[in-house]
Amino acid sequence: MTVRPVSRPERGWQVQIYLLEVVYGLGVTFRHFFTNLWRHSAALAGLKTEPGAVTIQYPEDPPALGVRARTRHRILSRPDGTPRCTACLLCETICPARCIRITAEESPDPLIEKRAKTFDLDLGLCVFCGYCVEACPVDAIRMDTNDLRIPSFDRRGMIWSLDKLMGKG
Amino acid sequence: MIDILWVFAKVAGALGFGMNWAAFLGWVERKQSAVMQDRIGANRADILGFRLIGLIHIIADPIKLFTKEDFVPAGVRKTFHLLAPSISLGFPLLALAAFPYGGNVSFLGRSWSLQPVESPMGLVLVLAMVAVGIHGVVMAGYASNSYYGLLGGMRGAGQMIAYEVCLATTMAGAVFLYGTLDLAAAAAWQARMIGGVLPAWGVVFQPVGFILFLVAGTALTKRTPFDLPEGESEIVGYHVEYSGMKFGMFMMTDLIESVVVACLGVTLFLGGWHVPFLPPSLPFLGPMLEGPVMACLMLGAFTAKVALVLFLLMQVRWTLPRFRFDQLLDLGWKNILPLALANFLLTAWAIYLAKAWGVRLWP
Repeated sequence: MTVRPVSRPERGWQVQIYLLEVVYGLGVTFRHFFTNLWRHSAALAGLKTEPGAVTIQYPEDPPALGVRARTRHRILSRPDGTPRCTACLLCETICPARCIRITAEESPDPLIEKRAKTFDLDLGLCVFCGYCVEACPVDAIRMDTNDLRIPSFDRRGMIWSLDKLMGKG
Repeated sequence: MIDILWVFAKVAGALGFGMNWAAFLGWVERKQSAVMQDRIGANRADILGFRLIGLIHIIADPIKLFTKEDFVPAGVRKTFHLLAPSISLGFPLLALAAFPYGGNVSFLGRSWSLQPVESPMGLVLVLAMVAVGIHGVVMAGYASNSYYGLLGGMRGAGQMIAYEVCLATTMAGAVFLYGTLDLAAAAAWQARMIGGVLPAWGVVFQPVGFILFLVAGTALTKRTPFDLPEGESEIVGYHVEYSGMKFGMFMMTDLIESVVVACLGVTLFLGGWHVPFLPPSLPFLGPMLEGPVMACLMLGAFTAKVALVLFLLMQVRWTLPRFRFDQLLDLGWKNILPLALANFLLTAWAIYLAKAWGVRLWP
């Protein structure tokens, strides 16, 4: 076991009397205050400046989301409008929160083996890890809607069906 | 008759001065802290869609406090529980009546003083009123019948008595210089220029005293970094058993005390109502600067200086972290008090020398 001696920070008299540090701290806060005050005033006067505050007033301002943000899922469709999902259950299998429930059925298209009869996704359980998107072999599910307004007044409302996930009401 | 009415008007004006400042400071506190922390601050309350950069919150806050349940816990000492907020808020408000908001102006063939209570012991009155206000804090802690409240009240008593002593000592040098306890006379002493360029304000003669005064004054108002008596979210304070407007009165007390300290600092160190660099007796402008115009100028100067000091106090409040209680008492008893006494002795010696050598510092 090795011991690494850590020296305490040296405090000179100019730190110990505290008054100079107070002045220094006030300088920092005054600089912020007057810079932001100028920016707010300039924005009120219609000038182009940097924003005076980092606050995002969410319901009024659009949320600032990263380009790779994982948000509410959507199911993509083929050119003929049917969902791309082939009900392979990979997403349901990998989902750590077990929020996806798929029932498969025979597909009328002879080239496609199965299709999803129901595809229920419980957003109340989802942890937004994105594993389902990674697992999907046919790129049927994505989490790029940037839609944050998913809350509901009851738990049943948090369960989104296939139609809802495809954006059909 | 007109004298009595004038005194009533002045006292009402002083009360309005304090209460309006307290309400306005609520907004200043939120907005100033928000702007310096790159935030926006409270801006949601509105009347018919007008938000007025958050000024509507001044109205919204009292409505909320007044309509909240005024809960009195079982086991409190009811009389004192009721009395404590009134004492805490009332006496600092009373102290506001002693300040000279302006000098004497002549109008309608008589002289009008702009000081509500014209007392030769004005400074002592202010200090006494602030000291009585301490009783409200201790009484609140005692009446709450709660250990947290009692300990908070004890901390408040220890802190405020310590800094009351410090505050009086820091002002001793200035008082000795003016040779009076009359606040109006102290302001009048400063209302002149040295050589036409430098205002003869107390801060010019007493810079150390002014800085020590600001520190002690901040501590007396029980606001951060000296908010150990209350410390709302961390160390529960003396008003833990209060709710509704009684709690609001304790909150207002801090702001009113800030105003009192700012007024005291302005009166003793920043020239009171003195407007510097006014043009001396010009043929046209001179007669205009009489009567009501001069009164407005004096009131405006006093208010502007108070606003400046409050702005500084507010900035300090949002910049520094809280002291530990032993650090707080060390700062008061072991640092500020000896420094203030040394400042007082030096001032006395300097005044003695100045008088002996015939230096003209006095009007």
